[in-house]
Amino acid sequence: MNVVKVSRRDFVKVAGAGSAGLVLALRFPISARGDAKKTAALGTYVEITPAGDVIIYVPQQEMGQGVRTALPMIVADELDADWSRVKVRQAEIDPKFGSLGTGGSGSVQGRWMELRKAGATARAMLVAAAAARWGVDAKDVTVANGVITHGDQRLAFGDVAEDASKLPVPKDVTLKDPSKFTIIGRKANRVDNRDVVTGKATFGADVHVAGMLYAVVARSPVFGGTPATVDDTRAKSLPGVKQVVRVDAIGTDLPWSGVAVVADSTWHAIKGREALVVKWNEGANATESTTRIREAMLRGLTSPDPFRFRNKGDVDAALASAATKIESIYELPFLAHATMEPQNATVSVTDSGTDVWAPTQFPDSAQRALARALKLKPEQIKVHTTLLGGGFGRRINNDYVLEAALISKAVGAPVHVQWTREDDMTHDFFRPASMHKLTGGLDANGNLVAYLHRMAMPSVRSYYRSKGDLSEARGLDEFFELVPNSRGEFVLVDTPVPRGWWRAVGAVANGFVIQSFLDEMAHAAHKDPIDFQLALLGKGTVIPSSDKEEKDYPFSGDRVRALIETVRDKSGWDKPLPPGRARGFAWLYDSLTPCAQVAEVSVGKDGTPRVHRVTAAIDCGIAVNPDGVAAQVEGGVMFGLTAAMKDAITIANGRVQQSNFNDYELLRIRDMPVVDVHIMPSDHLPTGTGEPPVPPIAPAVANALFALTGKRVRKLPIVA
Amino acid sequence: MPTKLIVNGSVRNVSAEGNTPLLWVLRDELALTGTKFGCGMGLCGSCTVLADGEAIRSCSAPLSVVAGKKITTIEGLSANGDHPLQRAWTEENVAQCGYCQAGQIMQAAALLKKNKAPSDSDIDTAMEGNACRCGTYQRIRKAIHRAAGEVTS
Repeated sequence: MNVVKVSRRDFVKVAGAGSAGLVLALRFPISARGDAKKTAALGTYVEITPAGDVIIYVPQQEMGQGVRTALPMIVADELDADWSRVKVRQAEIDPKFGSLGTGGSGSVQGRWMELRKAGATARAMLVAAAAARWGVDAKDVTVANGVITHGDQRLAFGDVAEDASKLPVPKDVTLKDPSKFTIIGRKANRVDNRDVVTGKATFGADVHVAGMLYAVVARSPVFGGTPATVDDTRAKSLPGVKQVVRVDAIGTDLPWSGVAVVADSTWHAIKGREALVVKWNEGANATESTTRIREAMLRGLTSPDPFRFRNKGDVDAALASAATKIESIYELPFLAHATMEPQNATVSVTDSGTDVWAPTQFPDSAQRALARALKLKPEQIKVHTTLLGGGFGRRINNDYVLEAALISKAVGAPVHVQWTREDDMTHDFFRPASMHKLTGGLDANGNLVAYLHRMAMPSVRSYYRSKGDLSEARGLDEFFELVPNSRGEFVLVDTPVPRGWWRAVGAVANGFVIQSFLDEMAHAAHKDPIDFQLALLGKGTVIPSSDKEEKDYPFSGDRVRALIETVRDKSGWDKPLPPGRARGFAWLYDSLTPCAQVAEVSVGKDGTPRVHRVTAAIDCGIAVNPDGVAAQVEGGVMFGLTAAMKDAITIANGRVQQSNFNDYELLRIRDMPVVDVHIMPSDHLPTGTGEPPVPPIAPAVANALFALTGKRVRKLPIVA
Repeated sequence: MPTKLIVNGSVRNVSAEGNTPLLWVLRDELALTGTKFGCGMGLCGSCTVLADGEAIRSCSAPLSVVAGKKITTIEGLSANGDHPLQRAWTEENVAQCGYCQAGQIMQAAALLKKNKAPSDSDIDTAMEGNACRCGTYQRIRKAIHRAAGEVTS
């Protein structure tokens, strides 16, 4: 079988990972405020203060997925710490922490063993120090809830932390039996809750440094355009406007050239930009349009020489001899990330060093990008990450950080660059539009025997002119395996529209396509859609991961079966609904985590669908913070539903046509279905939950609408 | 000519011009960064504050219009961060990224001032202008119900 690797970590290779750097003091107001000199370091991730506070470093970035709570829970459990004494600190760039890059639902899955060992290591050091003080054998010393005990003797962590920090860091430590976990698997409140609800949490937009100026940038409205003439006479006459400087993208990693208005406040910068008169060299891209891209994708669906990324059995022969053959074309639009916090960054470029404060998913690659642009060594650039007001893949790119650095260098002062919503919407790296032609064949018994999937679209990777994994095929591996004869075909459509990774990446489009199509096939086979998919799964199916790094995470058909049976039973799938309502089912395996959903829908008098209830089940192995997992499922459903129902980015004259939440709408509280989350009990290795809940909702809703109306949704958004 | 602005119970003299949106006065001049910029057009509610107890979008409220009104931001909602809504938001773990939540809480505070026991439908109507990209609405609804049981003033 011909297999092209489909990686969910492909962005790592583009955005980059791992880099040398400096150890830096943390400036998060939410971190512990102890005097670093008095804390005792026990390995890489744990420090203990004399008062007994347990400081745990978090290497990944917080963008809402709860990583600042879940990762410390793993350490604290093996440490047998008192969770109420844990203070979380954000790690800054240092080789000892590995990559700080965050994406691909990989934080808990990727750090699991390392953080357990970190906790166990610190525990062993505390135990050794306590045993030495008491003159007893370390194996007779126990630890629970932050208290070290031997017989009647007790010590708090703070009592022996300094002694412990002087001991050699043990190489081999014993990990707990998972049945002994006391923190992992129980609900923990988010560590940043109090700062968020009191307005003290520091996002990138909230950073203020001494002497800082504020900038907004007029960027070319056309992809790749450059300023031809700039008349800044009126802008410079306005109150507070200090300087107007060009931002030249040529020779940098920056995708957009522009003109920055630098002022003494955000508002003055915004007003200054309004007064700028810029004529743009729009270049060849000024004719690009959604119409042209759609035509190219349509041609791609029938072009003679596609790239075959999967090929198993003989799909042509199986289709030729199939009792029933169905062909359908699906289409999805470009999408914006629309993080609630528009892009922004604060950078201070001085002769003595460069400081960056930015909400970024990849601090390491921000550092490298700035080093290239400023001709500095990476370690001369200190990157301080803040909380991210949403990420969803937008902040894998560091364009906004680099832009701020160029402006700071040009004006010779620290600069906070604030993007408006319009800037953010029109200068995103968009989830690519796509068209898919699926051809399926059923045998005389209604079994799926052939599956041919042709996709025609711009790829993410081609935008970065880099070769390798095909993230556009993400989410389909198992279906190609489960069907006896299958083929995947890809046709690249070129466009200057910037592309990027959007929460769950290719799995969102593919989830909609494959799960809608399997529903079509089930109806053609006159079978219940869930029974049809359970039959496809078979019994005892195990599919090894095509990614060597994920060899410990084979796909288990039986785990998915249990998951699907859970949503079937909990949703009341077999129970009748009142007239005007119907249910639809979908599931997908993404980021090593299967998620299944049943959506219950109705259609209003104006034809607008409404989703009332979503029953969701997820199997993420051990759920470190079950309440956090549930939150990701609830939110992921809403994120996917917004895309399914409402959103499309369209292009005309080389420009994005949407600009704000009036024409790129977000679903509101009124649109929120009841989301009933079931987390499968498991002792398997934990896997990600940030992305897997997103893909199933669109097909679940579309399949419910078919059950209700007999009309098949093959194009998103549903309400165009 | 400074403008007198009453924020969180204090009178502040601010230098911004009268057409400056309250949002930027709060954030840039008074360093009250709990109030967030989301859209600049009153479309998302991230910038919601109270003006004489009414929820307003500070991104679209010029300083000249709100001068003289009593402005309450998230930083001034309670002395110790223990307003029933703040406690409920913590107990329900509402926030994911957290960026929109100050606006959500201020909007909910305006609702509870008028309606001590809002129904789901009342909540949907009151909170319609507040967008959350992380999709935390189910927990927002729960948290408002939880807080409603505790609000006394």
